[in-house]
Amino acid sequence: MHLELTEEQRMIQAMARELAESEIASVADEIDREARFPHETVKRMGELGLMGIAIPEQWGGSGSDTIAYVVALEEIAKVCASHAVVMSVDNSLYGEPVLRSGTDAQRERFLKPVASGHAHGCFALTEPEAGSDARNQHTLARRDGDHYVLNGRKLFITNGREASFALVFCQTDAARAHHGITAFVVEKGTPGFTVAKTEDKLGLRASDTAELVFEECRVPVANRLGDEGMGFTIAMATLDGGRIGIAAQAVGIAAGAFERSLAYARERKAFGARIGDHQMVQWMLADMATAIDAARLLTHRAAWLKDREEPYGVAAAMAKLFASDTAMRVTTDAIQVHGGYGYIKEYRVERYFRDAKITQIYEGTSQIQKLVIARDVLGGHDDRA
Amino acid sequence: MKILVLVKQVPDTATQVKIGANPKAIDTAGITWIVSPYDEFAVEEALRIKEKRGQADVVAVTLGPDRAKEALRSCLAMGCDRAIHLNDPAWAEADTLATAKALAAVVKQESPELVLTGRQAIDDDMGAVPAQVAELLGWPCAYWIMEEAVDGDGKTARTGRQVEGGLEIFDVPLPAVLSAQKGLNEPRYPTLKGIMGAKKKEIKDVKAGDLGLGAETPQLSVVALEALPPRPPGRIIQGDVPTAVKELVRSLREDAKAI
Ligand SMILES: Cc1cc2nc3c(=O)[nH]c(=O)nc-3n(C[C@H](O)[C@H](O)[C@H](O)COP(=O)(O)OP(=O)(O)OC[C@H]3O[C@@H](n4cnc5c(N)ncnc54)[C@H](O)[C@@H]3O)c2cc1C
Repeated sequence: MHLELTEEQRMIQAMARELAESEIASVADEIDREARFPHETVKRMGELGLMGIAIPEQWGGSGSDTIAYVVALEEIAKVCASHAVVMSVDNSLYGEPVLRSGTDAQRERFLKPVASGHAHGCFALTEPEAGSDARNQHTLARRDGDHYVLNGRKLFITNGREASFALVFCQTDAARAHHGITAFVVEKGTPGFTVAKTEDKLGLRASDTAELVFEECRVPVANRLGDEGMGFTIAMATLDGGRIGIAAQAVGIAAGAFERSLAYARERKAFGARIGDHQMVQWMLADMATAIDAARLLTHRAAWLKDREEPYGVAAAMAKLFASDTAMRVTTDAIQVHGGYGYIKEYRVERYFRDAKITQIYEGTSQIQKLVIARDVLGGHDDRA
Repeated sequence: MKILVLVKQVPDTATQVKIGANPKAIDTAGITWIVSPYDEFAVEEALRIKEKRGQADVVAVTLGPDRAKEALRSCLAMGCDRAIHLNDPAWAEADTLATAKALAAVVKQESPELVLTGRQAIDDDMGAVPAQVAELLGWPCAYWIMEEAVDGDGKTARTGRQVEGGLEIFDVPLPAVLSAQKGLNEPRYPTLKGIMGAKKKEIKDVKAGDLGLGAETPQLSVVALEALPPRPPGRIIQGDVPTAVKELVRSLREDAKAI
């Protein structure tokens, strides 16, 4: 494993950092306050090629790799976690499965517009009764000639309102339980497909989290991704990859909060000294720096394994678990370093603190990551397949 | 139309420059290198000319050590078509004149219609190279340009250069050398595709011998670098207001000689 980025990866990192600092930073507080989806800056990210980083050029992407994806995502998340989650959904939760499991015709129609930044996708797995227990799918798809007819609800879907394409997981054969789950790409505007509401959230306030409703929604057979019954395998493989992105998002949130804490510790005086001269503050800063580095290395390792096409699921789970816990602890301590000012919106670490929490929940809670890791270390069988 | 853009690789603007073990040079350990920002305006302008005309050959040129290749690749990632790297130990001590001689020799070989560059490199801030290159070629030169429009035939460029309180407008016959001032344009970010494609574009390595040049004694040699003296601490004048004001006025007059 190389611990050095290639020249291209460094250039991509520098470009993402510049974009984040000069265009995204100035809107991040406002869109959080107003819970407003940042169309303009997200469009800029698309134009620059950040929405299909590891997707081949042939399908509208940038033809780079997973390491470039995580370093760019970290830079965006350092400044705004909401922008980062849009990027992670378009790249990994939507783009990746359509690339892996789609036919060329499907890639042309459903992947190109998203990977090239002209449209968004979303990944609709979660239901009211299917969160951690993702097999418990109740959305049904019944075959009717050259169509399937979808009925059901999907909950907490990131990009749900903004997306032109929804990757929807449905039960096509309830008798076969999760072996009867099938994936479909449903286009926005398809009759019977509506966005029922968007959630009001603690953090990631500028990203839209929506409820999707399907009522007698007719979807052509041509929109089925993979074979009938392949849906659950597609979903789990997608989440393995997605977790690398969430780990990078968590590293970015932590690194952003740490940078601010460091600057504050150098400036703020108490008891006749800079607070950074007090040992207990130094202790917090040292712990933050160490945890962020460790989380970043775990994330890069998972990305590296994925790029080499080696098994990476457990590495991704470890990276996501550790990085999201790091984001939570670092942002908590970042407020502590800032004292009362940290609790006030103006000092920004308050937003990082609120944004960090979701990284321990979505794409598998920390508990679910531990299940995945424990199963692996105990040598048990992987019963997700 | 062919456009040569002369760029220099310099330490990132955020770098805290330290004097090295060799007191005539800076300590380069840990420095992030970038394309000098004024040169980026020049690259951007060249790309805009190309986009406006529909076609042009935009060539980035630098003189510098191995690491300077990265600056060229940044230019290629932004959209330059190819690059030329002047890299030879003979240029290790090059002053502005030696640099300009080498660059002018490349310009002669390539014979472009236009040479664009930054008004100065932000490392040593000499700002001499554009004029020296123009002088060596016998070409006209406009400095600190804020506006530029090459005419349809590619025969002249209308340029607005910054002067105190306004713009001075020239019609410069081409070929010419123009140096860019901040405000000329807003440089683009390289796209990911641009970055990924940069590797496939040509960077030609050029040695001094290829230009019929050799090492020459610099006309300008650095004697020493000195760090700026630390700013003296501020002074707080104590006492009641009338006395303090009197003391302040006296101090401004006699110590600082400011009033
Ligand atoms: C902002 C946001 C964005 C989201 N985006 C998407 C999206 O784009 N697409 C999508 O499909 N979903 C999305 N989700 C849904 C998210 O993935 C789920 O909320 C998450 O998987 C947890 O499921 P749940 O909410 O049903 O919680 P539950 O599964 O009910 O879990 C409740 C608690 O029980 C624990 N628990 C559950 N089972 C076990 C077990 N076996 N062992 C130990 N502990 C267990 C959990 O860890 C958790 O602490 C999003 C959610 C949010 C809040």
